[in-house]
Amino acid sequence: MTETTAKSPTRGRMSIGRRETVAGYLFLLPNVIGFIVFTAFAVVASAAISLTSWDLLSDPEFVGVQNYIDLLTNDPLFRTVLWNTFYFTVVSVPASTAIALGLALMFNTGLRAIPLFRAAYFLPVITATVVVALIWRWFYNPDFGILNYVLYELGVDTPPNWLASRTWAMPSVIILSVWKQVGYNMVIFLAGLQAIPTTLYEAASIDGAGRWERFRNITLPLLTPTTFFVLVISIIGSLQVFDAVLVLTDGGPANATRTIVFHIWEQAFVFLEMGYAAAVAWILFILVFLVTILQWKLQKRWVHYEA
Amino acid sequence: MMDSEGRDVIHHPPAEQRLVRIFGRFLAYVIVTLGAVVMIVPFLWMASTAFKEGGSAFDYPPTWIPNPITLDNFREVWTIVPFDRYLFNSLFIAVCVTIGEVLTSSLAAYAFARLRFPGRDAMFLMYLATLMIPGQVTIIPNFILMRYLGWINTYEGLIIPTAFTAFGTFLLRQYFLSIPRELEEAARVDGASYFQVWSRIIMPLASPAIATLAVFSFMGAWNSFLWPFIMVNTPEMRTLTVALRSFQTDYGTEWGLMMAGSLIAMLPMLVIFLMAQRYFVRGIATTGFGGR
Repeated sequence: MTETTAKSPTRGRMSIGRRETVAGYLFLLPNVIGFIVFTAFAVVASAAISLTSWDLLSDPEFVGVQNYIDLLTNDPLFRTVLWNTFYFTVVSVPASTAIALGLALMFNTGLRAIPLFRAAYFLPVITATVVVALIWRWFYNPDFGILNYVLYELGVDTPPNWLASRTWAMPSVIILSVWKQVGYNMVIFLAGLQAIPTTLYEAASIDGAGRWERFRNITLPLLTPTTFFVLVISIIGSLQVFDAVLVLTDGGPANATRTIVFHIWEQAFVFLEMGYAAAVAWILFILVFLVTILQWKLQKRWVHYEA
Repeated sequence: MMDSEGRDVIHHPPAEQRLVRIFGRFLAYVIVTLGAVVMIVPFLWMASTAFKEGGSAFDYPPTWIPNPITLDNFREVWTIVPFDRYLFNSLFIAVCVTIGEVLTSSLAAYAFARLRFPGRDAMFLMYLATLMIPGQVTIIPNFILMRYLGWINTYEGLIIPTAFTAFGTFLLRQYFLSIPRELEEAARVDGASYFQVWSRIIMPLASPAIATLAVFSFMGAWNSFLWPFIMVNTPEMRTLTVALRSFQTDYGTEWGLMMAGSLIAMLPMLVIFLMAQRYFVRGIATTGFGGR
């Protein structure tokens, strides 16, 4: 390719390699400027801010790693925040993954009217979290909401007070999040299922394998890369839950649903504790990083990549 | 194994097998239908409330069909807050972010996929590494930068920091790599510049991937909340999501109005979804990241 273009006489004095280099940098330029300013520089700045005490009104004061020491040793509220985020993640990720897998398996048997159903499962996915959270807030309303009315009719005498209950507030956020996430995970699973060669099933049937054996020995192992992928992105997403918490409960009652990102937002943009909030953001980053590394390590034990 | 004898082994007694299959399929239908109902019911409840008359949102027992059906809530939402302005803000920001992201990502992706220059691979690795960084890490310095630039409450502040993503570049690079090189080489021989190759060959050939990225950028910008929420403190610059949140703060018990507002806010995305359904599905199926 390079040799043929070199023959063209109108190409000026630059050598081919040089011209390609200049073109490469020019093509990258618009994106790289944004990337450097809003991502690379911002990451470094955020680390620097996390070493300060800064309320934006006066100059930042360098405090070293004091924010981190405080967070990890002397901050009961932050411990609650970590626990809440953990609770949310540990329940919502397996739930949305398992339900999505089950639904994908059923869809994959070739049900009719799939487009219609797919649209139904997609409606929560495409709608803003703020909007669906507002809808569910009304849905959960203990006095006039339809949910408790139905529960009451079904014979539940004292249905939960949902968002106002310290016990039920987090499950309420989890139910909303699973409901919103299931359609998304289902599509990933469906793609994974459709990539499994049907010849494998045919061969297994010929060998006399029943439905369950085929599922156990073909579908599940060959679906492990997809499952791995769904788990990684779901965990990372769950560690960052915010919109749903803000609209449904404002982190309450009594901090029962205060999650990491809710905490970052409130500390930074309500109380103007920029240094402290940046330190929390970095702890979140480290958590995401550790989870991802851990999953990569663990995947060798259970993920099968070869067909 | 493939001989006729082997094939006989798989046949259970036909009647029993057919019964099991029919029952299994029936069960699958029931579960999938129930699931779909669970997905739809909160939206129906929203719509039912939105079309109800003033106080009848609080009827007990609750009713599903509004009687009478009225547009009062929609009219009132439109009078007490400038909803058309919010619609415009969300639309304008989402369109600009989408155009910006598709343009800058596709240019960079072409360089990463096709051109050779020093530092390319190191740069690409840096892009990849940042895919894992949660947005909350950069939101504080970016907010401070916006404040310094005087971009709080401006369209540039709402658009520019969100219009560059390593994700879009990564997605398109992977697609560009799958395009055969022969066409480009022929064009280069004919004297086309790199820019012409990008605009006349790569972009048209990559239109499915471009459409997928566009649909997801649009959805991400339309539904985004945290960034506009912290960037905006004047009513007229609110996006729909931010406006709904302030609506909740100001009129927290006016459920008819809030549900009408929610319905308006979700409709444009619904229309786009119905038109571009396959790009949504393809985007999620091939990348899993879309919309994050």
